[in-house]
Amino acid sequence: MSRLYGAVRKFYIALIFLFLYAPIATLIVLSFNASKTRAKWGGFTLKWYQSLFGNDIILQALWNTLAIAFLSALIATVIGTVACISMQNMRRSTRSLIMGVTNIPMLNADIVTGISLMLLFISIGIRFGFGTILLAHITFNIPYVILSVMPRMKQLNPSTYEAALDLGASHIQAFFKVVFPDILPGIFSGFLMAFTMSLDDFIITHFTKGPGIDTLSTKIYTEVKKGIKPEMYALSTIIFVSVLILLLLINYTPRAGHKKAR
Amino acid sequence: MKKISGKTTKRIALALGAALACAALAGCGSPSSAGKNGELYVYNWGEYIDPDTLTMFEEETGIKVIYDEYDTNETMYPKVAAGASVYDVICPSDYMVNKMIDNDLLQELNFDNMPNALSNIGASYYDTAEEFDPGNKYFVPYCWGTVGILYNTSMVDEPVTSWSILWNEKYKDNILMQDSVRDAFMVALKLNGSSMNTLDVNELEAARDALIEQRPLVQAWVIDEVRDKMIGGEAALGVIYSGEAIYTQRENSDLEYVIPQEGTNVWLDGWVIPKNAANKENAEKFIDFMCRGDIALMNFEYITYSTPNTAAQALIKDEDIRNSEIAFPDLSQYNNLETFTYLGEEGDELYNQYWKEARSQ
Amino acid sequence: MNRKLLSAPYLFWSALFILVPLCMVFYYGLTDKTGAFTLENILAIATPEHSKALWEALKLAFVSTVICLLLAYPLAMILCGMNSHKDSFIVLIFILPMWMNFLLRTMAWQSLLEKTGVINGILGFLHLPSLNIINTPAAIVLGMVYNFLPFMVLPIYNVLVKIDKNIVNAARDLGANPFQTFLKILLPLSLPGIFSGITMVFVPALTTFVISRVLGGGKILLIGNIIEEEFTKTDNWNLGSGLSIVLMLFIIFNMVISAVTDKDGEVNAL
Repeated sequence: MSRLYGAVRKFYIALIFLFLYAPIATLIVLSFNASKTRAKWGGFTLKWYQSLFGNDIILQALWNTLAIAFLSALIATVIGTVACISMQNMRRSTRSLIMGVTNIPMLNADIVTGISLMLLFISIGIRFGFGTILLAHITFNIPYVILSVMPRMKQLNPSTYEAALDLGASHIQAFFKVVFPDILPGIFSGFLMAFTMSLDDFIITHFTKGPGIDTLSTKIYTEVKKGIKPEMYALSTIIFVSVLILLLLINYTPRAGHKKAR
Repeated sequence: MKKISGKTTKRIALALGAALACAALAGCGSPSSAGKNGELYVYNWGEYIDPDTLTMFEEETGIKVIYDEYDTNETMYPKVAAGASVYDVICPSDYMVNKMIDNDLLQELNFDNMPNALSNIGASYYDTAEEFDPGNKYFVPYCWGTVGILYNTSMVDEPVTSWSILWNEKYKDNILMQDSVRDAFMVALKLNGSSMNTLDVNELEAARDALIEQRPLVQAWVIDEVRDKMIGGEAALGVIYSGEAIYTQRENSDLEYVIPQEGTNVWLDGWVIPKNAANKENAEKFIDFMCRGDIALMNFEYITYSTPNTAAQALIKDEDIRNSEIAFPDLSQYNNLETFTYLGEEGDELYNQYWKEARSQ
Repeated sequence: MNRKLLSAPYLFWSALFILVPLCMVFYYGLTDKTGAFTLENILAIATPEHSKALWEALKLAFVSTVICLLLAYPLAMILCGMNSHKDSFIVLIFILPMWMNFLLRTMAWQSLLEKTGVINGILGFLHLPSLNIINTPAAIVLGMVYNFLPFMVLPIYNVLVKIDKNIVNAARDLGANPFQTFLKILLPLSLPGIFSGITMVFVPALTTFVISRVLGGGKILLIGNIIEEEFTKTDNWNLGSGLSIVLMLFIIFNMVISAVTDKDGEVNAL
């Protein structure tokens, strides 16, 4: 019985993996395609990898993308986590109100968020560029952090925090010793989600970007029209493989100090 | 109870940081310093210039080019009109130039600063431009062409002469249409023998109904994806700009381009300087540079769109290309060729409404 | 209290970057091009083109959300049951695909599904009938499920992993079969995660325009496509804003539902 269950489980996971990774495999294969159009297989080549490193435009877009993703995720995680903590003690009506506002960027069409922010930036006269994209990304990233941290917060047992206080801990100590470790996975997945959302965003960036600054998404969008440049597939493959290797390294390094962390 | 331990989290965060640092190093390799003679913000169609010409311009003039791309006239317009982004040179098409002039978004050019624009561009193109830029004050032609049918000879065995083949049941799911309001209506209006600039409600309704009738046969409404799909043999017939024909034939020799007998759209793209441009002098230098024979030739060879630059035409070495019917068609043999005109705000709204109706059936 | 102070940065941020821009959308939606008050832009939803696009979007988003939930819940349970040494790795594996650009991945599905695409190549090789779903609603649903599945898996996983195994064991000891345990213990306890997931999937699916364009071949107009075109092509920001306001009614509806279930979630957690 349990062996059968195990087999079904493995099969199910394999199926989902196939679904998630089939397009990625396609992109990787395309990065080795000698033909410039994706519709035709022109033989194996590594030339796109070579030309990628001479392509300043794509490299600059990569840098913009990563810098914006990292900064916006970091700032959103701080603001979002602090917001979650501060909301715990609020009256329910106030909290629902704030949560309602929080939900707006998530529930709204990206296009409307993008356009509305563009209108705001125009009216207060900010120069469009890196800064406007960053502000917009922080704005749409915060809800992802809050929605990741909130469920963890709700599952917290308030008495442990009170017990810590009773045992003489200060609010800050109690928070970092008791609450923080418990919500950390939520914070971390929130950060990661924010980072990936920012990495992946196209629409909002499109409306808040200024002349001459591109992220990978907006760069790809302008390329979609005439067929993606194969260097882009090569870059995606490199990003994918390096993230994969990082994960493998993390997973298989000896876990010294693990017990202590618990 | 399971959770991600703090240690793991830290490690992952460190790893992410390391990845970012590596990327930063890679990113630093690119030059980002401002040019010694100022900057120039260029807004052009995607893949509509040979990037080497930009580098040459930067080296010769010391002006740093900040280059940006758009995919249709219609997406360019709101960006410029909103004033959210300030550009110095833009490359719109005929009717869009007209619309921008009407809405006071452009400034007059000083042709004294652009000798090449006067000497190298064929006079007939300025005559055409008179239609949408009376007095030739705002516009310098860059590329021109027609819209026609690209078809795959291995999938279509009959001669292609008319737009009506796009309504032939035989090619169900094998037809690619242009997903832009003016181009789609052009096909349907020309099929019905109407003008593609008509504001006649009956003619427009007939065209809309033709598009609705055609809908089940159409594989997709796309813009420049037509190029890739036709090369890959994904469809038998596609509506496409003439400039793409040479490129697609290079990749797939089964493809042929025709201008249907009912006539089509002759379009003209070119350089304009928006009113709010910050670097007008540099912009005129740029336009002049692009009109130089050798530069126009480089661009022609890279993007394969017909050039109105007579100096460049004379420089083309390949006989076949110089005499190519596709690159430089003799338009006098076609009747019913037209150029889009700006229809005014109400005209635009009318077309948009019918276009929406045609697609949501 | 100092906790109140903690909320200040976020309140300021959301006022400036969420509420003020939103007011601007309302201003545009409720005025015409001359700036005079009108309801026309909102009532425009009743025209056949617009209501059809809205209905189509609701339908596809609903189907995608249900499929995501059905796929994600068992997956989250399986992931929870795996040994803790691997868990962060497994979770990351599920968001790893997102590191390859969304537009590129959706394009890749196009390459897979096309008439002359990879899947049909394999099917043809095996002498099986070809699969023709590209440019149909089915392809769009597939694209939505593909892009949004991780948003369903992660919140559910995050909640499930927190549930005390002892509660589950206790239920078993008291004679509940696995199905009963699921229905009475796991499901109610994981409701907050489920609702987070539903929000995270349904909304982007309802408002997308990129997926429908790339995988629908421009043949299927969703409300997102209509709004997008009003802003970027037709340049009628008033109409686009008006239709967005209508979309926001669905948001409010969604908010009411999650507020109600939120209460339930808390009651159950106590």
